[in-house]
Amino acid sequence: MTSVEAFFEMLYDVHGINVTIGYDSWDRGQFLDGLWLTVQLSVLSIFFSLLVGAIGAWAQGSPLRIIRALVGGFVTFFRNTPPLVQLYFFFFALGTVLRIESDTGLAQPLVSNFGWAVISFSLFAGAMNTEIFRSGIEAVPNSTIEASYAMGFTRLQTYIYIVLPLAIRISLPSLGTNLVNLVKTTTLAYALAVPELLYVSAQIWSDQLNVREMMNVLLLSYVGLVAILVWILHRWEKALRIPGFGG
Amino acid sequence: MYLPLKLPQNPEQRPGYMPVLLPMKSHAAPVGVGTMVQSFLSTKMGLFVLAAFLISLGAASYAQAASGAQLGTIALLWKWTPLLAKGFGFNVLISILSMAIGTVLGVCLGILQVSPNGIIRRVAWLVTQFFRNSPWLVLLFYCILLIPFEIEVFGTTIPFPGWLKAVIGLSLPVMAYMSEYMRGAIQSLPSGQWESADSLGFSRGQTMRMVILPQTVKRLLPPWMNLYAVLTMATPLVSIVGVDEIMSFARAALASENRVDLLIPMYLYVLCWFFIYCFPISGLTRRLENRFAVKS
Repeated sequence: MTSVEAFFEMLYDVHGINVTIGYDSWDRGQFLDGLWLTVQLSVLSIFFSLLVGAIGAWAQGSPLRIIRALVGGFVTFFRNTPPLVQLYFFFFALGTVLRIESDTGLAQPLVSNFGWAVISFSLFAGAMNTEIFRSGIEAVPNSTIEASYAMGFTRLQTYIYIVLPLAIRISLPSLGTNLVNLVKTTTLAYALAVPELLYVSAQIWSDQLNVREMMNVLLLSYVGLVAILVWILHRWEKALRIPGFGG
Repeated sequence: MYLPLKLPQNPEQRPGYMPVLLPMKSHAAPVGVGTMVQSFLSTKMGLFVLAAFLISLGAASYAQAASGAQLGTIALLWKWTPLLAKGFGFNVLISILSMAIGTVLGVCLGILQVSPNGIIRRVAWLVTQFFRNSPWLVLLFYCILLIPFEIEVFGTTIPFPGWLKAVIGLSLPVMAYMSEYMRGAIQSLPSGQWESADSLGFSRGQTMRMVILPQTVKRLLPPWMNLYAVLTMATPLVSIVGVDEIMSFARAALASENRVDLLIPMYLYVLCWFFIYCFPISGLTRRLENRFAVKS
């Protein structure tokens, strides 16, 4: 550890490149906490957005017209409005109204800013996932679905055991694009003062006045995070491949 | 003298008419779950969502009237509408400028991505991937904080205001996406196009300009329009870095009114502005996609 710190100190002394997270343990701790929070935010949002997408796509095939209309409205709304304004709407509008009284008698927000960020990102990406899964489900051959009905599967069973596993394989490429977008969207939590990677980096560069170095570290961190996600998705796609099905 | 060949009006009387040569007619129109769902994502759906907006706004103002406050919510929103309209004008201006810069740069970068020179190709790929995979907000911060506020060129000082830096910041990801679309469009063309242009004696530049690029326009138009809608929805980000637009004006209005009951209607109203602007664009995109669908 000390040799790494010595290297970054040398970098600053000799070349004037001030990467404080390399030698300052406080800054490094802050940065790693931010990174960890960004990872948490991404993983939770990805999980819930997949859930929203799966439920939404299932509901969109419902025989009831009103349910289809509601899901369609949800997708249309979230696809055609800015994610930042959605986030503000959830946190500043709904978050201000939804308050409970705590033991001390003061009004406490029901959901924290981190919670609202997860809810907002999940719904935003979930709306996109609904569309992606829907087109995946459409690509599942009708004869497969009919065969499963003939075997006595109910609609829900057919969806869970037959349609969804096939649809996921078909929609994985566009799903990957959307999940990458979701990880990039987590930076918006900066606006709610959630101490994620961008927020702590901004704090570090305001303290240390090393904007250029921190900016580059930040950009590389995000590109690295996205690269890890792309790698995982690629592995997943490979593992899920059924020989003879799809390309 | 050139005599036009006269064909009988009725195709069945034309020479060489054989029913067996006609394309196969499908007797039953395929009705799947998809067509039903598709109709719900159409214009009707837009009106449905808009109606939901208006009903929730109306409900909020009704609740207001019942509690007997000073000025109704609708009246307050109406009062701030000119300011919000001005702010939205900034959004549109920023989006158009970024789109213009990003498109020009992106098309050039996309052409470099299919360059015969391996080094140029790899560098262009790297630049594209880098800007495509970094968050818009981080790129925006990058440009706002690292571009100097004025540039001196030949003794004259050119000021570089914040909104111009924001335009550049937003045009970087647009450039990267455009570059990917461009590469995809060029590579999706059959290689026969290149070979026939080659055999007709076109140089590489001529082939690109006269044969390839005109054909990519049709394939690029739908994703380009979709990208414009995405960019417009990203413009509120500039309020975070301190450039005036609809979101910052809306928050200023909220601060000056200082009323809790105005929060939900105001944010819904801002969402409404974006929805009315972006929904027709995505509807048109979908229609163009269906029309231009490349038959495989």
